[in-house]
Amino acid sequence: MEIKLEMLTKVFDNKEKGLTTAVDKLDITIPSGKLIGLLGPSGCGKSTTLYMIAGLLKPTEGKIYFGDENVTDIPPEDRGIGLVFQNYALYPHMTVAQNIMFPLENLKVPKAEAIERAQEMADLVGIGELMDRKPKQLSGGQQQRVAIARALVKKPRVLLLDEPLSNLDARLRLATREEIKRIQRETGITTVFVTHDQEEAMSISDEIVLMELGIKQQVGEPQDVYDKPDNLFVAKFLGTPPINLFDGHIKDGKIMIGDANIGQLKTDDKEVIVGIRPEGFSLTERSSLKVEVDLVETIGRDTTLIIENPTRKGETFRAIVDAEKRIKPGDKIKLNVKPTKLFVFEKDTGELVN
Amino acid sequence: MLEEKHNIKAWLYLAPAMILLLVFTFYPIFNAFFLVFLRDFNFLAGSFDGFTLTENFVYILNKPDFKKALLNTLMIVFVSVPVSVILALLISAWLNSIKKLQGFFQTIFFLPYVTNAIAIGMAFAFLFHRNYGLINTIFNWIGLPSINWVGLGAGYWSSMFALLVFIIWSGLAFKIMVFLSGLQSIDKQYYDAAKVDSTPRSRIFTKITVPLLSPMIAYITITSIIGAFKEYTAVIGMFGVRLGPAGNDGALVTIVALVYEAISRSGSDGAYSEAAAASIILFAITLVFTLINMQVSKKRVHF
Ligand SMILES: Nc1ncnc2c1ncn2[C@@H]1O[C@H](COP(=O)(O)OP(=O)(O)O)[C@@H](O)[C@H]1O
Ligand SMILES: [Mg+2]
Repeated sequence: MEIKLEMLTKVFDNKEKGLTTAVDKLDITIPSGKLIGLLGPSGCGKSTTLYMIAGLLKPTEGKIYFGDENVTDIPPEDRGIGLVFQNYALYPHMTVAQNIMFPLENLKVPKAEAIERAQEMADLVGIGELMDRKPKQLSGGQQQRVAIARALVKKPRVLLLDEPLSNLDARLRLATREEIKRIQRETGITTVFVTHDQEEAMSISDEIVLMELGIKQQVGEPQDVYDKPDNLFVAKFLGTPPINLFDGHIKDGKIMIGDANIGQLKTDDKEVIVGIRPEGFSLTERSSLKVEVDLVETIGRDTTLIIENPTRKGETFRAIVDAEKRIKPGDKIKLNVKPTKLFVFEKDTGELVN
Repeated sequence: MLEEKHNIKAWLYLAPAMILLLVFTFYPIFNAFFLVFLRDFNFLAGSFDGFTLTENFVYILNKPDFKKALLNTLMIVFVSVPVSVILALLISAWLNSIKKLQGFFQTIFFLPYVTNAIAIGMAFAFLFHRNYGLINTIFNWIGLPSINWVGLGAGYWSSMFALLVFIIWSGLAFKIMVFLSGLQSIDKQYYDAAKVDSTPRSRIFTKITVPLLSPMIAYITITSIIGAFKEYTAVIGMFGVRLGPAGNDGALVTIVALVYEAISRSGSDGAYSEAAAASIILFAITLVFTLINMQVSKKRVHF
């Protein structure tokens, strides 16, 4: 089931705060059977978007299509969606089995069939032996699976997940996101996954939609968005450690950081912001980018050099280099910049300079 | 050393409440258990004629009024408690669901709580007045004949009905307030989840709201049962010391009314012991019901 959002807008009218535009003219097409990561910093309108797709919030403007069907004015119960809430919203007084069967009972599925389908779904998410427990007797990860099973058991057309991993500890988060990916693949259900964690979105999604202040910033496959950010916000939001930024300028088609020429770009002479991914540096004998190493961090395979930013006083930048090259703090080194890891942005708008 | 100091302080803080409890609650309780075993105790003379184990109980149990009072009290408990709890649940659910005028209606439903029960009782007696009462006026509008609810020579059932309406109504305020605060503390996400899962409204109420509210329902039920067993002011408020419609005196006597009636005869032998026996019997019945109630709650309430 393809989901299409057309100029979707939500304005909240609060007594104290006045008007808040939580979602601003959002145009997205979510392809059928794919898992889409809706990504952005806290407060950027992800949940609002998700709840509009669910029908729990009414859009101020714009339309929502499921396939060819305009569902904008259809109430949530008739949209055929499964929704997993951030804190799961499992009914505390019901057992796991009762929780999972609840949507089926509403649809008047015969009892025997309901039990069978609930068990099937519980097995799929790996909680088949916990059917008689109450939510309180489950770990966070198990509760989360129950919530997914409950959302999936009625065979919805669309699965919506609102920060489903944010209540789990780091290790469980990793395991559970693999699990969600597997369940999504096995069921082939169109899924929208909301998160503020870029690593989570990048690892799990077929495509990511990056939002800020209610406005869509970029859509695409995670690696493509990472490799070709449209603007400074996208470049800054994706990647750990984050991209390094320098105040640079263009002179005669050369990208300059201070006096160092680090690449070529055919455009007018102007002040720009230069972004270089930490993995975009390499050690070299011949380069005009000469720096002194402040600190060296070696974690596993990577050696990270922490170096004073030549264009921004008091800030540092990070360069990840081969662990084999033994470098000590205080060493003077020369750095090369890989053109594919180098981005130039307009100083005022933050747009990528092509 | 430090601990001891704290202890003394703690006791001092507790003292005012403890002293009041001792004087007005614990002493009377112990005294009741003492008085009930005295034969022919005269309160004014302070005299009694030895001890007895059962005489006072036997006497009160054999009084024709006692059976009447017990039946009336049970009627009040078994009708007013379930009806008012269910009504309060429905009203608070409705109040919680409306957006406009919620505060206004909340105030209206809360008013009885801050109004004197006797005054409300008199107002109710007037509502049920044969000739000028609002109830009969409405009855006449819709083509029904006037009923002599609580007037001279009114029947048992009509006056009992009026009394029950009054008791149910005056108990609603507190229940609604407790339920409403309970409802407002239920996470809205449960309702969103239910909506997404196509849950019909009635099922949302019975399968989600009521279970999540069950600790409050249990609390309200227990306290209401205890309160209903002690009912007395409502009868006085509506019917005065006659405890029934004129010409049918004592028709609506309750167990606590019997206790007061006995005490009012303080000059006669055995009256205080009779009152003590009635209150101890009431205590025993209330205790049994409360225990049953708690047992049921343990199985049905989801904390
Ligand atoms: N019910 C509401 N009333 C008013 N403002 C709201 C409401 N819900 C969300 N907002 C505002 O809308 C913006 C987006 O919120 P939300 O969609 O929850 O963000 P996210 O899920 O991305 O963290 C925020 O500024 C938030 O304060
Ligand atoms: Mg959110």
